Amino acid sequence: MTVTSVPATEMPKRRPLLLRILKSITLLRESYVGMFGAVLVLFWLVMAVGADLFPLRDPLAQSAPDLLKPALSLAPDGTTYWLGTDDKGRDILSRLIFGSRLVLFWSVLATVVAYAVGMLLGVMAGYRGGWWDEVISFIGNVFLSFPPMVLFLVILTNFGPTSSMGQYIGSLGVGSTVVSGVIIIVAITFGTAPQVARIVRGLVLDLKTRDYIAAAEVRGESPLYIMLVELLPNARGPLIVDACLRLGYVIIAIAVLGFLSLGLPPPEPDWGKMIAEVRGFGAMASNAMIWPAMAISSLVLGLNLLADALREISLRD
Amino acid sequence: MNAAQTPVLECKNVSISYFTRAGAIPAVYDFNLTVMPGEAVGIVGESGCGKSTVALAIMQYMGRNGAITGGEIKFMGRDMRTMSQEELRKIRGSQISMVYQEPMASLNPSLLIRTQLTEVLIVHEGISEDAAYKRAVEVLDAVRLPDPNRIMNSYPHQLSGGQQQRVVIAMALLSNPKLLLLDEPTTALDVTVEAGVVELIKDISKRFGTSMIYISHNLGLILETCNRICVMYSGQAVEVGEVKQVFDHMRHPYTRGLFSSIPLPGADRFSRPLVPIRGQLPLPRDRPKGCTFGPRCDFFEAARCDKPIAMLDIANDPGHQARCVRYNEIDWKRYRPKGLEAEPIIPGPPVLQIRNMKKYYEIRDNSIAAMISGTKSRFVKANEKIDFEAREGETVAIVGESGCGKSTFAKVLMGLEESSGGEVLVNGQEVGHLPVRKRPAGLISSLQIVFQNPFETLNPSHSVGSQIARVLRKFGVAKNRDEAERKTYELLDLVKLPREFADRKPRQLSGGQKQRIGIARAFGGEAAVVIADEPVSALDVSVQAAVTGLLTDIQRKKRTTLVFISHDLSVVRYLADRIVVMYLGRIMEQGTTDEVFSPPYHPYTEALLSAVPIADTSVTKRHIVLKGELPSPMNPPPGCPFQTRCPRKIGAICETEMPPNKDMGNGHMIMCHLPDDVLRAMEPVIKVGRHESEESNIAH
Amino acid sequence: MLLLAGRRLASMLLIMIVISILLFLAFEGDKLALAGRVLGQYTTMEGKLHWIEENGYNRPLVVRYISWLYGFFTGDWKISAQYNRPVLEFLAPRLANTAILGLCVFIITAVISLILGVLAGVNEGGLRDRVISVISVITTSFPEFASGTFLVAIFVFWLDWLPGSSSFTNGFSVKELVLPVTVLVIFNFGYYTRMTRASMAEVMTSQYVRTAILKGLPPRSVVVKHALRNALIAPFTVMILQLNYLLSGIVVTEVFFAYDGFAKAMYDAALFGDTYVVSACAMVAVFVAVLSQFISDVGYTYLNPRIRFA
Ligand SMILES: Nc1ncnc2c1ncn2[C@@H]1O[C@H](COP(=O)(O)OP(=O)(O)OP(=O)(O)O)[C@@H](O)[C@H]1O
Ligand code: SF4
Ligand code: SF4
Ligand SMILES: [Mg+2]
Repeated sequence: MTVTSVPATEMPKRRPLLLRILKSITLLRESYVGMFGAVLVLFWLVMAVGADLFPLRDPLAQSAPDLLKPALSLAPDGTTYWLGTDDKGRDILSRLIFGSRLVLFWSVLATVVAYAVGMLLGVMAGYRGGWWDEVISFIGNVFLSFPPMVLFLVILTNFGPTSSMGQYIGSLGVGSTVVSGVIIIVAITFGTAPQVARIVRGLVLDLKTRDYIAAAEVRGESPLYIMLVELLPNARGPLIVDACLRLGYVIIAIAVLGFLSLGLPPPEPDWGKMIAEVRGFGAMASNAMIWPAMAISSLVLGLNLLADALREISLRD
Repeated sequence: MNAAQTPVLECKNVSISYFTRAGAIPAVYDFNLTVMPGEAVGIVGESGCGKSTVALAIMQYMGRNGAITGGEIKFMGRDMRTMSQEELRKIRGSQISMVYQEPMASLNPSLLIRTQLTEVLIVHEGISEDAAYKRAVEVLDAVRLPDPNRIMNSYPHQLSGGQQQRVVIAMALLSNPKLLLLDEPTTALDVTVEAGVVELIKDISKRFGTSMIYISHNLGLILETCNRICVMYSGQAVEVGEVKQVFDHMRHPYTRGLFSSIPLPGADRFSRPLVPIRGQLPLPRDRPKGCTFGPRCDFFEAARCDKPIAMLDIANDPGHQARCVRYNEIDWKRYRPKGLEAEPIIPGPPVLQIRNMKKYYEIRDNSIAAMISGTKSRFVKANEKIDFEAREGETVAIVGESGCGKSTFAKVLMGLEESSGGEVLVNGQEVGHLPVRKRPAGLISSLQIVFQNPFETLNPSHSVGSQIARVLRKFGVAKNRDEAERKTYELLDLVKLPREFADRKPRQLSGGQKQRIGIARAFGGEAAVVIADEPVSALDVSVQAAVTGLLTDIQRKKRTTLVFISHDLSVVRYLADRIVVMYLGRIMEQGTTDEVFSPPYHPYTEALLSAVPIADTSVTKRHIVLKGELPSPMNPPPGCPFQTRCPRKIGAICETEMPPNKDMGNGHMIMCHLPDDVLRAMEPVIKVGRHESEESNIAH
Repeated sequence: MLLLAGRRLASMLLIMIVISILLFLAFEGDKLALAGRVLGQYTTMEGKLHWIEENGYNRPLVVRYISWLYGFFTGDWKISAQYNRPVLEFLAPRLANTAILGLCVFIITAVISLILGVLAGVNEGGLRDRVISVISVITTSFPEFASGTFLVAIFVFWLDWLPGSSSFTNGFSVKELVLPVTVLVIFNFGYYTRMTRASMAEVMTSQYVRTAILKGLPPRSVVVKHALRNALIAPFTVMILQLNYLLSGIVVTEVFFAYDGFAKAMYDAALFGDTYVVSACAMVAVFVAVLSQFISDVGYTYLNPRIRFA
């Protein structure tokens, strides 16, 4: 135990939030691996946001003569298919980039929803204890007992777009992509929220023994205030790391659903589905399959490396 | 000291650094120490001064990022730094061994004790498993562990803390080492258990002739166990010498400062208050260039003290050295830093009245055996028949070892737990059944608490100011932001911290500063009663004095009732008006401080008093070492709770009947079967003699 | 110890019962929808009602649940709509295939990750640790169908060493097992390796390991006798616990390689709407998952003397 001494005269001024976030990002500089991860994630983020700004072909435009062209082949109009085309003659590069928008949008949304639900349940179970804990943990265990893919299959076969629930959401006048998206979010929340809840519960069980929680209690704070203001902010370190990892898993899960044609409906350029669509063409489809596989792996790799670096940084001090 | 003998250990100009991302940290530098055969040397100093670093360097074990960067460490005349890993391995555990602070953590949780003990002998002496087992049992016996065979076949978690530490000591003694390093070996133990382990350690050096290095932050323990002492400050030895010489004729202002900040029997908070050392221990990287103690020293002299200071021999006192250029200019006879004197308080009417309070915890037992016998739930009597009063402006101390129910009592008072019976009255209002959420703001702010652990008392996510302001708003003391801000500043002034601290995060504060914020928070409203649950036990001694001083100062000004929970009788003697001694959930004795500290005693108080180490050579103590361990509150013994360990037990009556509460006059209550005349005939445990040394002549 | 196991068993049974109720409600709660799925979408209302009456679906829900559960445990898994065969008879060989795949993957993953994790964690921060850590982060970023894509492109289309489909059409073949196993091992070993590494690294900095070193024990004995056992408790139990996730990956892998296992059967049935097959598969999968949790719990208790002799 060292006593930190800060001379009374030197006074750290509080920096604005944005600056502090930037500061913590610069901490990544110390970890090359983490930097690399951040670059990968940033790359896909830029692609997703700026997809419309790049001179790309229409990702949905089919071109009958150009089926399954290899990378760098010439299009009839003299331009280049940088990454080749798929089985319907669509430009793979533009499908990948527009696909990143889709992937990031739905995976971030699903993660956020799952996190919100999981954190709420976890902090309730951990802080309230007793019956709250018993019930929440039991429900969590029930869903954790499903292999996630089995859970998805069960949910999607019984409550998928063709089920009465799917049809109900469809009748609200939203597009089929949204219907599938909502159902995917529900499925992912069931699979993920219990895990988040379990982590949060563990953290809260530890944090709630701290004296500052007792201090809040003895000045008569409400449980809600204690959970939201006193407990959760102190759990943020491990949770940020976990959220990065978890986002990676959700991206994989959404891609897998796409691959199993249980995800977003065609013709959306969903990465997993892009692989599934051309799989039947065997060796000819190698090119069309490899790029989406790379895209998913690079994005997930970026998130994993980032999480790893963040964890290391957070352990350091 | 016999000059012809080779020292067991000789450290010469040793420097040790840790290498971190932010650069090298010179944790220890220019460190010298000599240990002769059979000698016990104490290293004393505050946290962070490098004590454990020295110990680990002697073992040549610097962890991943530490390194010995200079000097020599000679063991039996050979420089250990030149030894190969294999040579070191042969020395470790056989010639030099070590005992650690946390016995539980230093034993492997998944191996039997027998495995962990016998492997030392098997590796170092190559003897058979059976022979090793026999030797191990002998040593366990030597460290006075009952039933060694059972211990041998236990896992660490099946033993109590005291037993674990004895096992670790036995492990260290197994192959008769020449040098034993003890790093705060009793810090994790309860006072009465500590006394037993200390006695064992003293006995070891006598019986086995082992040389020892005893590391502690407690001067009293060093006095009890060592021949020589080395006082460390900020990575350096600042004073070395014979224990008695250093204690009675200290020649370094830091050593002097340490002694003035610990509550010795002569101290009195009104007439002779403790004097903290001002300032803080500098971090290794921003040590001042000259004397490291310079910025905190009253004798700092610009031209001389701001260049590196060498260790100087004290004239006419062989073996005594101090790192102070002015040691022979300071008038040590007259120099005694003075604290702020104050008027004694005259207590007002009773504020807190506890009558026959009980708190039981229900333990549900779901085992099949319990279901069959129908005893599905048992009760732990965490508090039983608690009866006492505290008056306005008065300081009442609750003293006891772990599990005695001190914290439970605090929780009931604060409304975090409901009492199971009896009355808890604050200004005449019953609060024992009023959970904190049902208490009105006024009541909440009138009953506040200062917590034990400075590292947990503040929420690390929020700024200090916002945490104080929240309290003010919550107590209804401040109605709006501006008012809250203004009052926050006033509170910071009150606890003598700069106002800029309002914007800081708790991690930018030192332990003592955090405790001050904790105090500010407790006095945020109009607190009628403040409970302080071991508020200084995690702080360094020099900071302890400042924080207790501050606490009592504010309390006196505001005429608040202070309930001071502690296991440390010296602190309690210094600042309490009345003392309540608890054991296993019950009050054993209560009375004014003078009554409790002088006979008649309850046998438990008597043992406690004897167990507390006192850093004063003129004090003589009667030695009472309790047998056995603290019983678990889950499973208290029948009859008198203290009967399993009581040295004065009379017989069957103690084992069957709960003793009566006797009034020895004036409300001095003792719960014991001993007849009054036996109680009254007790000798005092502590006798303060006259110092032959000069300082105390002035003091007394 | 026995008591603890008993308590675990009870909670496992409770979870199984709740899950079976959930599955029953999901699959058979809505009898009209069920009739639609079993008979096909274009059946008339009368046809559906007739089928419902005929098959006892007009009985109270509780009775139906009990008979459903009874049927499951006595091997009456109904008839597959897709193949017109008893579900049990159809699934049994596929379960065996999946078991082979799963077991291979589990054993290989466990061995690789325990070894690598220990090697990395023993010397935390060293070069070996860095290399192993980075490799395991990279491999966990390749989901089964992605690494499958690459491996098929290389080993099937380009080098032509291995078959691209593992349907065992000409009987069992080890060659056909290689790619599915590899793909699953790649995705899964990284997580376990990192977990083992973290646990090992923590144990290596623990005070009892320091004690062991300072007792003068040889380094080998410090690691093997003092560190390893404590370090492996957590990863081993987690590995068993995570069989769930392995099972998830198996679905994708079997589909990708047309491996004729029960996970692919479940997937096909789900797409086809073959309710009885899906529900039987789900029950089996969950049963395996819950059982593995039970084993993991008991194993943890057994390995950890602090709980065993509490
Ligand atoms: N929530 C609880 N449930 C069950 N038993 C409890 C609980 N809290 C306390 N106890 C029991 O009551 C006894 C007294 O507890 P308490 O923490 O008040 O003692 P203490 O003297 O403050 O101990 P320490 O000095 O170690 O903090 C404990 O030993 C414990 O067995
Ligand atoms: S050398 Fe100077 S500053 Fe240092 S202790 Fe002595 S008098 Fe004080
Ligand atoms: S009642 Fe008996 S056992 Fe208890 S303290 Fe008194 S003499 Fe000791
Ligand atoms: Mg306590």
